[in-house]
Amino acid sequence: MRKKNLGISIFFKYTVLVLAALAVIIPVLVVFFAAFKISDEYNKTGPLTIPSNWLNFENFKTAIIRGQMYIGLINTVIVVAVSVFGAVILGTMVAYTLNRFEFKGRKVVLHAFLLAVLIPSVTTQVATFKVIQFLQIYNTRMAGIILFMGTDIIAITIFLQFMNSISVSLDESAMLDGASYFTIYAKIILPLTKPAIATVCIIKGVAIYNDFYIPFLYMPKKELQVISTSLYKFIGPYGAHWEIICAAIAVAIVPTLIVFLSLQRFFYNGFTAGAVKQ
Amino acid sequence: MVFSQLSYKTQKKILIVSFLIIPLALLLTFGYLPLFNLFRYSFHRWNGYSKDMEFVGLKNYIRFFSEPEYFQVFKNSLYYFAGSFIQTSLALFFAAILSTKVKGRNFFKGVIFFPSLLNSVAIGFIFLYFFKPDGTFDTVLQAIGLEGIIHYWIRNPRIINVSLAGTSVWRYLGGSFIIFLGAMQSIPPSFYEAAEIDGANKWRQFKYITFPSIKRIVELMMILAVSGSIRVFETPRIMTRGGNGSMTFVLQTMETAFESQKYGLASAMGIILLIIVVLVTLLQKWLFAEREELA
Repeated sequence: MRKKNLGISIFFKYTVLVLAALAVIIPVLVVFFAAFKISDEYNKTGPLTIPSNWLNFENFKTAIIRGQMYIGLINTVIVVAVSVFGAVILGTMVAYTLNRFEFKGRKVVLHAFLLAVLIPSVTTQVATFKVIQFLQIYNTRMAGIILFMGTDIIAITIFLQFMNSISVSLDESAMLDGASYFTIYAKIILPLTKPAIATVCIIKGVAIYNDFYIPFLYMPKKELQVISTSLYKFIGPYGAHWEIICAAIAVAIVPTLIVFLSLQRFFYNGFTAGAVKQ
Repeated sequence: MVFSQLSYKTQKKILIVSFLIIPLALLLTFGYLPLFNLFRYSFHRWNGYSKDMEFVGLKNYIRFFSEPEYFQVFKNSLYYFAGSFIQTSLALFFAAILSTKVKGRNFFKGVIFFPSLLNSVAIGFIFLYFFKPDGTFDTVLQAIGLEGIIHYWIRNPRIINVSLAGTSVWRYLGGSFIIFLGAMQSIPPSFYEAAEIDGANKWRQFKYITFPSIKRIVELMMILAVSGSIRVFETPRIMTRGGNGSMTFVLQTMETAFESQKYGLASAMGIILLIIVVLVTLLQKWLFAEREELA
């Protein structure tokens, strides 16, 4: 009796898992199918039919060159790299100061950062837009970069928590050797914070790469388009050519897939750390 | 004079100021200043660029609540609200399955998690392709003999929000799943071994060991999902621009500001949303505090 139940439960377990996997894979996989089809073939076959020629890269060429996704790729690399670098530097600086020093106003600063989480950035967008215009960085890469790197509490909390576990005796022995506070930050704290930095790089990097609205709203100029905004532009001019839109979607997905497959462990740790601290 | 030759007291002062000044400036400029301005704009009639702002008191707020056209978008968040329940339960379910012994565990874990890493526009387009007439979904339904239920998934105003909320579930499920899984794996295996010896079946093990240990995380994820469902806008913005009855509150706010140039009204809507989100968060804090007293 018990054996039989076990058999059923194992069967049930694998059935739901396979169904879930199919529900994730099919919508994405069919996009890749379409991306390799020539226009005529696309019109004549259904979405679930495999392409006749897996080496037909024409649609990708059209998407990247004629559809100008290459501009998006370049800008995305710049924006992600600068914003993530900035967020790490600023975040560790704040965390180091708040974690290692007692000073007047420390509590106020800490709470100012913590309280800001309560303000959902989408609600204040209307007013943020005016600030960006006032600073005259509207329609520059700086607008995206500064918004992505500036108001981030998750990075600071992750750093704060990590630095808490780095023993102060390390600082003290460095001070006996005459190291300045800046040296302690740069030569001791930063290297030891590496795992937390990796976590923040992944969370922020993914978030920025995937964001649509900030570049859409603040960097509408064509030369400034990023992956998401350049992909978004395909719906109008290529509306009748889903095989090209699908190639463009694939171009946006493949980098994520590659990075995820090569750094899986970091992703899992990063997301767990990031979400719990929100 | 070199920095390291200064006394530690002076160093400390310089370091605190120089390390905090830029982050604080950014926080004030992009965190608090917009909030302050939003509040100020909400009491004015303003088109966003003209020099004169006319003070109108509470008029914008009154207008919002008295015009059903603005107010009824809240109805649409109910779909996403329902979606967030489904999302949390499914995430919990898959985490529970994958915290047991499963062949190909890493594969399933990776696959279920993967959508939460995808680009927002890519997801929107994937599902436009999925839901379009004769698209992926229709073809799959035909293949399994369910062609009878085929509809215009995106064009029919009565179904569109279900389709969009479904897309949101697909997108965000993996994130909650991976967090639940992490929490479940931090439960000591000896608990289960003991239960096994006492003859407790899998369901009882889940009910008496797993769930109580991760209850707080479940509650937290639930609150995040709920406050997220009030803030939805990316998916409908990309897929339908709020057309066919898929308008959401945030989308409406953005349009009121950036397309209709009614900054005052849009700001009032922003403040209303802010109040709702803060209330939900405080409710969560209060619920947690309550539980802790009881425990």
